[in-house]
Amino acid sequence: MSEKTRILIAKPGLDGHDRGAKYIARALRDHGYEVIYTGIRQTPESIVNIAIQEDVQFVGLSLLSGAHNELFPRVVELLRAEGAEDIVVFGGGIIPDYDIPGLKEAGVRAVFPPGTPIAEVVQFIEQCRTGSAQTT
Amino acid sequence: MPHRVSADNLSDLVRGVLAGKNRAIARAITLVESASPLRDELLEQLRECAEPASHRADGGSRVIGITGPPGAGKSTLIGELVAVARMAGEKVAVLAVDPSSPFSGGALLGDRLRMDRHGLDPGVYIRSMASRGRTGGLSPSALETVSVLTAAGFGTIIVESVGVGQSEVGILTLADLVLVVLNPGAGDEIQALKAGVMEIGDIYVVNKADYPEAESMVRTLHAAVRESIHAVIEPRVLRTIATAGTGVEALHREIGERLEALNERGELESRRRRRITTALQEIAGDLFSEWVRAWIERHGLTDPQGGVPFGKLRRELAAALETITVREGCMDEEDAK
Amino acid sequence: MSLQKERLRWQREVADPAVSRHKERKDGALTTSSGLPLERVSIPDDAGYATDAGVYMDRLGFPGEYPFTRGVQPTMYRGRYWTMRQYAGFGTARESNERFRYLLDAGQTGLSVAFDLPTQIGYDSDHSLSYGEVGKVGVAVDSLADMEILFDSIPLDQVSTSMTINAPAAILLAMYIAVAEKQGVSRDKLRGTIQNDILKEYVARGTFMFPPAPSMRLITNTFSFCTRELPQWNSISISGYHIREAGSTAVQEVAFTLADAIAYVEAALSTGLTVDEFAGRLSFFFSAGSDLLEEVAKFRAARRMWARILKERFGATSPKSLAMRFHTQTTGAGLTAQQPDNNVVRVALHALAAVLGGTQSLHTNSRDEALSLPTEESVQIALRTQQIIALESGVANTVDPLAGSWVVESLTDEIERRAREYLDRIDREGGMVRAIENGMVQQEIEDAAYRYQREVEEKERLIVGVNCHSNDRSVSCHDVMRHDPRVQQAQLDRLAEVKSQRDGAAVERTLRTLREAATDPAADVMDPIIECVRQYATLGEISQELRAVFGEHQQHAGM
Ligand SMILES: Nc1nc2c(ncn2[C@@H]2O[C@H](COP(=O)(O)OP(=O)(O)OP(=O)(O)O)[C@@H](O)[C@H]2O)c(=O)[nH]1
Ligand SMILES: [Mg+2]
Repeated sequence: MSEKTRILIAKPGLDGHDRGAKYIARALRDHGYEVIYTGIRQTPESIVNIAIQEDVQFVGLSLLSGAHNELFPRVVELLRAEGAEDIVVFGGGIIPDYDIPGLKEAGVRAVFPPGTPIAEVVQFIEQCRTGSAQTT
Repeated sequence: MPHRVSADNLSDLVRGVLAGKNRAIARAITLVESASPLRDELLEQLRECAEPASHRADGGSRVIGITGPPGAGKSTLIGELVAVARMAGEKVAVLAVDPSSPFSGGALLGDRLRMDRHGLDPGVYIRSMASRGRTGGLSPSALETVSVLTAAGFGTIIVESVGVGQSEVGILTLADLVLVVLNPGAGDEIQALKAGVMEIGDIYVVNKADYPEAESMVRTLHAAVRESIHAVIEPRVLRTIATAGTGVEALHREIGERLEALNERGELESRRRRRITTALQEIAGDLFSEWVRAWIERHGLTDPQGGVPFGKLRRELAAALETITVREGCMDEEDAK
Repeated sequence: MSLQKERLRWQREVADPAVSRHKERKDGALTTSSGLPLERVSIPDDAGYATDAGVYMDRLGFPGEYPFTRGVQPTMYRGRYWTMRQYAGFGTARESNERFRYLLDAGQTGLSVAFDLPTQIGYDSDHSLSYGEVGKVGVAVDSLADMEILFDSIPLDQVSTSMTINAPAAILLAMYIAVAEKQGVSRDKLRGTIQNDILKEYVARGTFMFPPAPSMRLITNTFSFCTRELPQWNSISISGYHIREAGSTAVQEVAFTLADAIAYVEAALSTGLTVDEFAGRLSFFFSAGSDLLEEVAKFRAARRMWARILKERFGATSPKSLAMRFHTQTTGAGLTAQQPDNNVVRVALHALAAVLGGTQSLHTNSRDEALSLPTEESVQIALRTQQIIALESGVANTVDPLAGSWVVESLTDEIERRAREYLDRIDREGGMVRAIENGMVQQEIEDAAYRYQREVEEKERLIVGVNCHSNDRSVSCHDVMRHDPRVQQAQLDRLAEVKSQRDGAAVERTLRTLREAATDPAADVMDPIIECVRQYATLGEISQELRAVFGEHQQHAGM
């Protein structure tokens, strides 16, 4: 048995619209990953704590309220503070493209707009695993 | 903490686990779940270095297994139980096992969603595990994971198994004490009795006691429990409302007392022996399956005439075992010298 | 001559040979978006709407009459158009107040307030979970002080105010009443609506606070309070909108909304109210999506079912109780972030569906709704869309124009049939609250959402600009309104100021009284809450008292 890829799908912030997060969690499961889903209303602190306890390789953040500029970078920052900068953070939700460069700069490796085919997310994950990730 | 565990930095990992560091524990469990040769090295080093814990005479942790039908409220109840245990000063680890998809091999692990009020409490460690094809409601590495958590100093370890009708018995191979959580309504009572669940529990919890049907379920269970002859001590039946925390302190108290009573009668010790035996047998079984797979590769599934080589396999396997036994015997003799 | 026989003949002699020459399309367009089967061509069904007056009267009737399938008023839009109600969220109470006053000066009489997420979940702006969310999707209200600014110089006896608020609805209503008191406006003059529909929060929208049982108690407390004190207030708006947005099918939207409604009616009855006393003040809120025929059928089926349920199950007799009045908002989930201008066309279809379905009021989304707060220009296009349908399309000039379309009638019947199956199943589960607690409803919605998304991924459902005809998938939007980061700080400053100036002992005292009332299941918490807000106890403090007694709801994982 090789090491399974474990992915945390997390919803920071207060919005309760988890349709996208649940879809991605389920679709990744159907692509053979072990997915931990946090449920809504998680603080960046608890997301990082869960990511570490669960020893995931990826954290996918989903947010629709517009607070991504505040909350996504915070998750990356806290992971670094815990020495867990090897955990890859990606994001999705309603994120206008002018916010994407800033998020990337803050260490969010990929941002997937609404309507992204799951195959693209899987491709990103596999590229990261094999060390050939381009930032999308 | 190193990003990749290797032979060189394994001792860092061991030190981290013994110091109870989350990241190290998490990494160690991942390693235990993998088939890496480092896994066995890690387990050996942990065994050698771990201080015997003070929680119990034999240095182990208290392992509480929780099982029951899907949706009975196991995870919610564990969340509450952890809160009470924390108040009593225990360090608590939770292993929550969910099924892997037989189709994709992936898994969606949602149990901790209900336990997350402990988010940042350093005295609580929660880990979700996928069953990875193992039947019986546990994951293949559950017992070894428990030993990592014990080494990390968690005196109480709660394991939530996949609740799927018949297969809860896996929990017996792991727990000091088994708690069966049932919920009223939806014909669960009959199902529970049918599925042989009545033979495994030390404590039966009727959760969702806020439902009016709870009382009749409690009565049914009382009757069933009185008839259970195999139990060392007659199982208890308790009520809880996990969502409100009601009855959870009483449950926690009962768990402590039960463990005490089981211990006094030597039952904990014999369960521990049984469980270690099973675990070792399982490890051996896995290795032999592997041996047989390789053997088939060499010899083919059938001989040219289409016959299945039952006799041949049994003879060769027995011969191989013979050599192991002989060698072990020699080693024992050498040890004696 | 039997029509069925004729159809078989046509199938054999005409259709089959044609299909063997040219195959039909295979994509999902050959079923409705809920997966309901669509005949190649519909004919009058065997039950014979066309010929049998009894069947017609039983299923359709005339507009304004039981079972209200064709509409709740006799003349519908020939008398008056639907209410065109647009709302927008603004970060601060001050900005919203300015906007309200502008709208009132321009002749509007209805105000619509959206609150930010911390307010909707009962957290003050200084709570750690509020970080980054203050003023984001609506106005932040921490205490009566904010509410005073929000309605400053707006005579509350002359406007009707709709508040999109659920879990802490009782608290915001209390603040509204307290503002009115300060203006010298008596309670019986207050007009408006609180959304107050907590059940859909558990299954779809996510802004819940307490577990279902105590939440239902809060709702019945507001029901009785409104019946007693606020004769012109709508105490609930039962919402299928968010259920649909969460990915349900049209059938589920109808079924789960009605199941919620049944739970509220039962809860109200259990407090001693009689059905005709309050049923007339229940209003509904639905989504309008792109599948035009199915959507029209959905609205008609929902009206018919509600009338039948109230009559047969609850014995209601007043026509006002039996007629389902509803607000519609066009779908947000059905808009695309890609090529956002296409959304203008989509919204026109959504709005048309709502109008053909007989809505009482309508909010049309803006094309950039899928991305951010809409710009003023987008909001205007959205409003113009409604005006074009009203004034130019002609569909408002006759009542229920699609009635008698064989496909619409058969879809109406089919939606009712399938929604009833859900209602029966929920009854077997022990009612909607139980079905929610057990995760059944969430699971059904999640499964539907997953199925739909898979179909989109597999290109069985085609969405222009997303999985076909997409020359450019980037999500660009011109001139969307950006958010002002100073909003949060200003709000925090005001909250600190309010806390430093109020009578601390009085706050303590009123909060304690509230907690005692909350602990007694038979007590009514409305009056104690009003006492608290008068003393400037904050929304977060009041919510905290209630959380301490009621507990907090944990989301159901489902999946
Ligand atoms: N009314 C009521 N609902 C409860 C109670 N305990 C749990 N629930 C609800 O029951 C549902 C299932 O709870 P879980 O804790 O996820 O159950 P579980 O046994 O862990 O479920 P699986 O892990 O899926 O097998 C949730 O919606 C809980 O909120 C209770 O005491 N009363
Ligand atoms: Mg569970």
